[in-house]
Amino acid sequence: MMDPRRVRQDFPIFLHRGDPRPLVYLDSAATSQKPIQVIEAEARFYREWNANVRRGIYQLAYEATQRYEEARAKIAGFIGAKPDEVIFTRGTTEALNLAAFCLGETRIHWGDRILITEMEHHANLLPWQVLAQRKGAELLAVGIDSEGRLDLEDFRKKLNAKTKVVALAHVSNVLGTINPVAEIAEAAHRIGAIVVVDAAQSVPHMPLNVAELGCDILAFSGHKMLGPTGIGVLWAKSALLEEFPPFLVGGEMIREVWIERATWADPPAKFEAGTPPIAQAIGLAAAVDYLQALGMSTVFSHGQRLTGLALEGLLRRDFVEIYGPKSQEERGALVAFNLKGIHPHDVATLLDQEGICIRAGHHCTQPLHRRLGIPASCRASFYVYNTEEEVEIFLSALDRVWEVMG
Amino acid sequence: MSPYEEIILDHWKNPRNKGRLPHPDLVGVEVNPLCGDAVRLELSVADGKVKEVRFDGQGCAISQAAASLLTELIQGRSLEELRKMSEEELLSALGGVIETRKNCALLPLRALRRALAQRA
Repeated sequence: MMDPRRVRQDFPIFLHRGDPRPLVYLDSAATSQKPIQVIEAEARFYREWNANVRRGIYQLAYEATQRYEEARAKIAGFIGAKPDEVIFTRGTTEALNLAAFCLGETRIHWGDRILITEMEHHANLLPWQVLAQRKGAELLAVGIDSEGRLDLEDFRKKLNAKTKVVALAHVSNVLGTINPVAEIAEAAHRIGAIVVVDAAQSVPHMPLNVAELGCDILAFSGHKMLGPTGIGVLWAKSALLEEFPPFLVGGEMIREVWIERATWADPPAKFEAGTPPIAQAIGLAAAVDYLQALGMSTVFSHGQRLTGLALEGLLRRDFVEIYGPKSQEERGALVAFNLKGIHPHDVATLLDQEGICIRAGHHCTQPLHRRLGIPASCRASFYVYNTEEEVEIFLSALDRVWEVMG
Repeated sequence: MSPYEEIILDHWKNPRNKGRLPHPDLVGVEVNPLCGDAVRLELSVADGKVKEVRFDGQGCAISQAAASLLTELIQGRSLEELRKMSEEELLSALGGVIETRKNCALLPLRALRRALAQRA
């Protein structure tokens, strides 16, 4: 068991706000708060080691490069990958754009099929939609059942010989559903399709090993896992990174350049044009240290416990409608819901008056909300600093919203 | 817990002039695709003044209450005067609206401006 009260001590935002009300932050699926260890690691880089990486001859630049590459190795280890397979990006969105662009150059041709799912975040829908339009490929979405689980029969039906890419979320950012990636990857690989996983909502919350997951490409963000904004990771199997053309071109990603042609550096440098987010990579490595000290199994079970409590409380209230699986075992650390007849923005505004932060809107999943037949929803999400007491505060605040508005 | 003044809750729970006119002279529709708020204003006009007004819509309490209140505010007033109607007039009639939700409150006013633009 983890003691979130002790964890909270490490997060300045819970201590140093000018607001006398305690901050009940239930929006970590949007972005997590940052522990002092991460803030300090980033600041320390600027104070003690700041220099550009990969190009300086002097000692300071050498040390900066060392720290940057150590960060890469640590983050690679966190997901069971080799350092050279880890590309730093701006976040999950850029990573998925990179994957879609490069697969478009090498693997997708006119008439090919790209499979996604109805529950995808726009970041794992639009790159494929644009690619499909660019190449004359076909984009299809696998459906979901009434409890927001992937319809595997529909998946098998839509997976045909023309399918070149299967792209899906590991954990849905709205339904919370944990998708059976290994099972899907096995089927996709049998017909030679590449499996791309949006792991933005899973890497921060559960032990994850890319080999066990069985995918070919995986993307996640630093800022949802206690790390800084402006950094994310694209992991891809070495063979794919060799085969891919560069995504962005410019400084630091070349071998030799002439006016009319150029050759590229080896991965990962080949995919990191320009000065990378150095301090952010070091901050993210500190976040990985922090999570590993807690233990990812412990982080996962803490999220499960809080989500279970929230689900139980929401299901007990007949004025609440929840979306996604009814059992916490099938879920990540979040739950989306609505108060019957009340717009989510009204719920979020009223909770905000009590210092409770939840997300309200379409959560960048308009097709999913259309499928659910609702314009928007509320979402509460949990992380290592949230307590059982906060879940109770949240639930009883919903009762007061219902009293005022219902 | 309410940042919602009594007047907002009252108009939300008991909307005034909700529905449609059989033969409106002016119609304005405004939608916020981000949250699904939608307001439709229908006006009938006589002697350059609002004779009858109805609203229809769906969405959050603030947008719908603001639409309801707006129908009361504009009843009987001249179109010329309404073209100059300020955001402040509606916001203060609502008892003030918190910064994060002003956009919702002003949705019906934008619908009114669309309706008025039909007859310059």
